[in-house]
Formats: sequence, C-alpha cells, structure tokens
Amino acid sequence: MAIPDAPTTEPDLAAYAAAAAPVLGLALDPAWIEPVVANLRVLRAAADLVAAFPLPDEAEAAPVFEA
Amino acid sequence: MTDWSTASAAAIAAAVSSGQVSARTVAEAALARIAAIDPRTNAFTAVLGARALARADAVDAGLARGEAPGALAGVPFAVKNLIDVEGLPTRAGAKINRDRAPATRDGALVRRLEAAGAVLVGALNMGEYAYDFTGENVHDGDSRNPHDLGHMTGGSSGGSGAAVAAGLVPLSLGSDTNGSIRVPSAFCGCFGLKPTYGRLTRAGSFPFVGSLDHLGPMARSVHDLACAYDAMQGEDPEDPVATTRAPEPALPGLEDGLGSLRVAVAGGYFARGGDPEAFAAVARVADALGATRMVEVPEAARARAAAYLITAAEGAALHLDRLRARAGEFDPAVRDRLIAGAMIPAPHVERAQRFRRWYRAAVMDLFREVDILLAPATPCRAPRSGQKTFVIDGVELPVRANIGLFTQPISFFGLPVVAVPVRLDDGLPLGVQVIAAPWREADALRVARVLERSGAVRAPVAALD
Repeated sequence: MAIPDAPTTEPDLAAYAAAAAPVLGLALDPAWIEPVVANLRVLRAAADLVAAFPLPDEAEAAPVFEA
Repeated sequence: MTDWSTASAAAIAAAVSSGQVSARTVAEAALARIAAIDPRTNAFTAVLGARALARADAVDAGLARGEAPGALAGVPFAVKNLIDVEGLPTRAGAKINRDRAPATRDGALVRRLEAAGAVLVGALNMGEYAYDFTGENVHDGDSRNPHDLGHMTGGSSGGSGAAVAAGLVPLSLGSDTNGSIRVPSAFCGCFGLKPTYGRLTRAGSFPFVGSLDHLGPMARSVHDLACAYDAMQGEDPEDPVATTRAPEPALPGLEDGLGSLRVAVAGGYFARGGDPEAFAAVARVADALGATRMVEVPEAARARAAAYLITAAEGAALHLDRLRARAGEFDPAVRDRLIAGAMIPAPHVERAQRFRRWYRAAVMDLFREVDILLAPATPCRAPRSGQKTFVIDGVELPVRANIGLFTQPISFFGLPVVAVPVRLDDGLPLGVQVIAAPWREADALRVARVLERSGAVRAPVAALD
C-alpha cells in the first residue's frame, strides 16, 4: 500500500518551505520549491498516518534502537 | 578448465587452500573479467588492481609458509563505496565526498573479510548518500542490471548487485537502511543478507540514518553468503550499536533443513500493492517450503510511513551543513528529499519513534507463533533505467520512493532478512524476503539453503559474454 495522498485541505506548503528555509540556514533556488513541496506533501501524509494511531503516553521513543 | 572469474567463493577458497590454484591467478581472472565486462554494467567506481594482486600474493605466501588458510582464501570481493578503503576518499555515491581526505584505514568489515583470506578488488557504485532504491547516480553514471542492461539494478547498493550478478566477484558488501541490499538483490537476482540491526559492525562506513543503517553481504549462493557473514561477526567498540552478543555462526547448521521451523506468508499489506508476479514469487517459495499459513504483520503501512519520516529527518540532519554550503552539487532528487526532510516538524519524527516502540512489541508477539515470514522484496521486477513512475494497484506512483514499500516495514524494526532470487520465467528476476526473528540470521540462511537445494531459488551469472 502506498502512503496515501494528503487530504484536500492542504496547508500552503510552498509558503511553509519558503519560511522554513532561512530558519534552517538553507538558500532555496526557486526551481527547487516545487519538488521540495512534492516531498513535503508525501511526508505530511506519512505523518498523518502515524499520528492517527493511538499510542499510550508511556510509549517511549526508540531513537537508539535495539532489536 | 575452471573459469575462476565466475566461480563461487566456496570453490575458490577450496581450490586456493588445496593449492589447486593460486590466489594471484584468481585475482588476475577477476580483474580481467571486470575490465572486459564492467564498461557495460558500471558496477565499479574504483578497481584496485595493484592492491588486489599484492594481497593475493600475501595469501599465497602465507599458504606456502604452511599457515592455515582462511575460510575465504583467495576470494575476490568488492564493497559499496560508502565503506572505507584505505587510500580512497569514501565517496558514498556523492560528488561532494570526492573532496574528503583519503581513508587512512579499511572499514572494519573489509579488514575482517581480508583476515579470512579474501581479496578486495574494488569499490562499487551506489545511489547518492544511499538515499535511493534505483541504482542510478548522476555523478558516476547508473549501475546497469546485468540481466538486461536497459533496466535498473535497484539501489542503493546497485553496484554491489550488478558486480555479483555479472560474475565480476562472487561476493560484495552493501548497506541497507530501508531495503538497499534487498532491492538490488531482487532486481539483479542474487542472494543478500540484511542482518539484525547491530549484528555487523558499521565502523569505517559513511552513515545515512544511524538508527536504521545495516551492512551486509551479497552473493550467488547461500553458502557464500553465510561464509562471509560468519567471517564478519563479532563485537566492535568502534560502532556504538554493534552487539556484544557472542557470534552465532550460520555455516555449521546451514544444511540442517527446515526442521521444526514454522514458516508463514505475510498477508495483508504484503499481499497487495504489487504486480501479480511479485506474489507469484512468494507463492513459489512458500510451495517449496510447504508453507500454507498466512499471518498479518500489524500496522505495516504505518511502520513504513514512520520509517519514511525517520529516514528523511535523520538523513537531513546528517547532511544539513552540506545542504547549506553545497546544495547545488547534490543529485537533485536526493537534495529535494533531504531539504524537505529538514523541514519535518519535530513532533512528527518523535511520534514515529514512539510508534516504533509499539511496533517492535507487536511484531515480537508475532514471532511467538512463527519462526520465518515470507514477503515480496519489491512490488515489481526491475523498472527500465530512467523510469520515473510505475503503476501499482491502478495508481501511478514515483518509482524512487516506492520500490521499497515491502522492505521498509521489516528493517524499521531491525529484523534479519535473506533476500532470495526467484526466476519465474526467462524474464528479469524477482526477490522474496525470508524474514526471521531478531538474532536468528542462521534460521533465515538455513531456509534459504533449503530453497536453493530445491531449485526454487537460484542466482546464475548473467549471460553477458
């Protein structure tokens, strides 16, 4: 199953990218905005999918992972 | 007369150990074949002729002195160019990295393989910074699928797959963060082992996503895969996540058969969203094992989404300084994904890491009931070189981001997998993931060996001559 498309009520991701870039110290070539936004759209859909799963408050992050 | 250039690692090691052939003769044969074939496959970014011959001479000299031969005596191998090779800048598929100082020491796994008698012959092409499933590289040129040069190798360990499938070396090393060993193994029709997270040291390799990165071998036989795996096990304080568990060699039990191992096919998420051929390959493997049970891996789609987020965020954090200073020198496709990854709100990434905790517990519950899971390695056969989209379940999707949809949920929790090559017909190969519980690589390799013996899976050298 592919990560589904983002909902139609999409925020203005181009404006978000333009605002976030200087915060990160990144200089965005205008030609990069469209592909960056396309990636942000996929990432947002992934984040929505993960966020929709109820987790107990006690579920601690596993950033340093041990199988 | 044996063609040593395309012989198995086992055959080479036996012949070198017994004095039937010298390691130098084998190395010369490998170098000659690389020179003849690789202009078409583009698997290598560096061929180390002088080093390989010197190393082969050292192996021969050791044998002449009566020293015990290593398990990989005289076996040529090559490594994905994110693994350090002394004297070379560790390229990791990136133009930017060519400016790095040459590595002063070989990566840990290179040292371990050479300690077992193997002979490094070169460094291999890969997708930039390993953020890739295609095997395409704008700087070094694309690695090309030896079974059809007009098709992708898969990536990001594309050169590793191409070199083994083309018979340039019997053994290569790759890395796998989300599928980068298993995808090129499937597309190029060879065996690949992604071990348990933490099993093999990554010291002396260029990282991508520290919490998901694995290194592992690729080969044309299960024996060769297991032999290399055994030679590379062992703790290493230079890799913060390398296990301190004692090595658990796979070769001693490799011929033990299926025994009491409980095998099931992964259903649900893993039984849809791909071409019918991908599932036919799984059915072929399941039939050969007599596996009729189907189980569902819980929340696999969400696991993939979480792996996708963590990968983008951690990868972006790793490369942020390079994105600030040299963004124009990245592969554009990689650059755009990394820039977007840098912009992910932190709570989204934290949520993905918390989900990972839940997922680990849920999948461990599954392994109380089964020992081995079978799943497709890729949703399709190798796409054409340069292909940007494919159609899955009637939906057109970008190739680059979606080739790994069946591998990502498995590596997300660090499970060991042997990718086995299936030839359904005369067309391009497909791969099936033989997945075991954490630290049970030996079980997955045993099952792969059963499949190899049955003829259900095989990895012939591509017909390029």
